[in-house]
Amino acid sequence: MGPLRSETLPLRTDEDVLRVRQTVRAWMVEQAFTVVEQTMMVTATSELARNTVVYGGGGSAGLELLADSGHHGIRVTFEDQGPGIADIGQALKDGFTTGAGLGLGLGGSKRLVDEFEIWSETGKGTRVTITKWKKN
Amino acid sequence: MTTSTSSRVADIFTRYEQPILEDWLREQLAALTARQDLISEADLRRQSAEFLALFIPACRVGSFTDITTPEWKIVLAFLADVSRSRALLGFSPSETATVVFSLKQPLFARLRQELGADVETLADALWDATVLLDKLGLYTTEVFLKSREDIIKRQQAEMLELSTPVVKLWDGVLAVPLVGTLDSARTQIVMEGILQSIVDTGSSMAIVDITGVPIVDTLVAQHLLNTVFAAKLMGAQCIISGIRPQIAQAMVHLGVEFGSVVTKATLADALAYAFQQIGVVVTKQAPHA
Amino acid sequence: MDQIPILQVGEFLLVSIQVDMHDRLALSLQDDLTTQVVKTRAKGVLIDISSLEIVDSFIGRMLGNMASITQVLGAHAVVVGMRPAVAITIVELGLSLTNVRTALNVDKGMALLRTLVKQAGDKGSHGPFEK
Repeated sequence: MGPLRSETLPLRTDEDVLRVRQTVRAWMVEQAFTVVEQTMMVTATSELARNTVVYGGGGSAGLELLADSGHHGIRVTFEDQGPGIADIGQALKDGFTTGAGLGLGLGGSKRLVDEFEIWSETGKGTRVTITKWKKN
Repeated sequence: MTTSTSSRVADIFTRYEQPILEDWLREQLAALTARQDLISEADLRRQSAEFLALFIPACRVGSFTDITTPEWKIVLAFLADVSRSRALLGFSPSETATVVFSLKQPLFARLRQELGADVETLADALWDATVLLDKLGLYTTEVFLKSREDIIKRQQAEMLELSTPVVKLWDGVLAVPLVGTLDSARTQIVMEGILQSIVDTGSSMAIVDITGVPIVDTLVAQHLLNTVFAAKLMGAQCIISGIRPQIAQAMVHLGVEFGSVVTKATLADALAYAFQQIGVVVTKQAPHA
Repeated sequence: MDQIPILQVGEFLLVSIQVDMHDRLALSLQDDLTTQVVKTRAKGVLIDISSLEIVDSFIGRMLGNMASITQVLGAHAVVVGMRPAVAITIVELGLSLTNVRTALNVDKGMALLRTLVKQAGDKGSHGPFEK
């Protein structure tokens, strides 16, 4: 079954990151996700949106509201045509450094969501899809 | 079954509606599926009559092989209501489905009576009627089971609330005595509750006592530790008490990292520690006579 | 672009972050705070995040930076009011904020600051800007 609703937002500036965060949150509030579910998903969204803007040279965020046998879910796909990630396995393992390190927050974001998919090719770009299902 | 046969069948049902109702009632009452302790004969009669009044017109216009078409909607809605109320009343799933299945005999009797001479038509009619009633019977079972699931979920939620109280031991000291089996989901809910209580009561100390928890697996242990870390981030301290020797061993073997987490063997020890942290001193005086 | 107000309360500075900040705003807050600590010779900084619904790695790092910078300038920093959902998320995210002192609310935060300042005074430690 296709998505119940979908929207694509640009990710080029700081304000765009904010807008994507706020839109994801608005959708989740509407679907009555719990506060913890919202916080986790919006935080992961913020991390990945920032990556798209800062490391990916800008791109887009595709939001989808899903329904699967009575359960609702929200899916966000971050896409850019940037330099790509050379070693995804390593990137997923990288923790955060308290300094200004590379820390892509990928591994952490993965823990915050229910489904996490990543595709990346050096020189071509990156696409990350995260999904959170409502537990009702 | 051709449409002309379908309309003949529907006609037969219409003509014999009353006798079919009587036979059906007799079947239901006889099959001990009536459960007269749960539903009176009068109510059963009323329900059955209502059903037939919806079922027979639907036979006239609806397909016998597909009950998802709009013509059957009102029949399904009625069956869903009956199913749900039976689930609540305490009927079993088969007792509820048999309501529909016991309609077969009365219907078939009338079909044999009217179509008996034409064997092929009779065979078609009987087959389609049985397929239809099977689908309706299965539908009632599905609705019944879903209702049961919903009831169980609601009861689980209520039990969860009852079994995890957050207790204020002292100004600024909360205690959460956990009892019973902890699964990952329950632990998460309890932990979120503790953190919220910390904020609501402005308590800088929270004691999670797991004396009453027989088994702690790595996932639950991790949730407990995460709660301790989260409380620290918020500016409070969460300590764990009631760790039995076996659990302590198991957790060390599992490689659970305790680090800076404070743990005490008993709730009493934990309380003493909490008092120390918040600067409360307990002095002993001569007891009242 | 709005600016986040920094209030002076005695020898302390109070910052209450009420809006969802984009990265540039967070960075300018960091700058403002640093400037103000020096200008007012504040002994302590209280950062109230009770309105923050999200603390991601950027904000987290910013809070950590503000705490460190404040310390280098001879003052103390306390972050108060972190929401349970935020705390749970930060733990799950793996963000380490070990250098940041926290308290449950503004009252407790102020009390902690006063204690820290008193302890520093008693120990006779001096920051680079104290006489």
